[in-house]
Amino acid sequence: MRPALSADVRTYEQAAEGLEVELRLRLPSDLALVEEAVDLVARHLEASFIDRHLIRFNLRVALTEALANAIYYGNVQDATKGVAIRVLFGRHAVHLEVTDEGGGFDYRFLPDPTLPETRMLSSGRGLFLIRNLVDEVRFNSTGNSICMILRRD
Amino acid sequence: MTFSVRKESNGVVVVSVDGQLIVGNRQELKQRIIDALEAGDRKFLVDFTRTGYIDSSGLGVLVSLSKKIRDQGGDLRLAGLNEDLKTLFELTKLDTLFGISDSPDEALTGF
Repeated sequence: MRPALSADVRTYEQAAEGLEVELRLRLPSDLALVEEAVDLVARHLEASFIDRHLIRFNLRVALTEALANAIYYGNVQDATKGVAIRVLFGRHAVHLEVTDEGGGFDYRFLPDPTLPETRMLSSGRGLFLIRNLVDEVRFNSTGNSICMILRRD
Repeated sequence: MTFSVRKESNGVVVVSVDGQLIVGNRQELKQRIIDALEAGDRKFLVDFTRTGYIDSSGLGVLVSLSKKIRDQGGDLRLAGLNEDLKTLFELTKLDTLFGISDSPDEALTGF
């Protein structure tokens, strides 16, 4: 039986933006593991972040999307490649990074999934949802790492 | 995360989603509904009363099922969406594609 996913957690004193806890985990490119990874991260954040609802819904959906994209498009479900999750968080902010081992993509040119000609497509809404559910989205220059930021005062 | 399927006396197949409808389980929902469609059922209601969240692949599966069912002269409706889930449908403008009722009872009455 496969062992449960586990995270490495460290705490820092006087961290910038109050991001005093760091959580890291790595999972293989298996879509069946997405829910377990999201549960694991959300449990840690719910205990710390000021707005639990934001974790239960916005963060869960955004992280699910980012992991699915990383596994499906980034690593093309190659079992030899992994996905790294790194979360820096405190009571008022969460920085959530998801990095795959693929060649990256051009995140600037994605069709709007809400147009009449794209609305009936069965895919293409993941990054659109992420952008609408978190406060800020950043990519690295390669396009294989996304950072999603949530903030609440 | 589980799906339960029942058939109402008026012929509507009701599929309840308990937990999440996401990339890891969407194929199971799709297969359950396609099996019923191939068996001759045409009216489908997906009940989200006990659903925590839906991701984009879950939304995508609902879109593709809706197309398949309409092609066969049937209808796929949704019910029981909480405020968060309604927001997902509104953001993606999929609220214009589906008949959405507040509760399963209301949806069944209008089918």
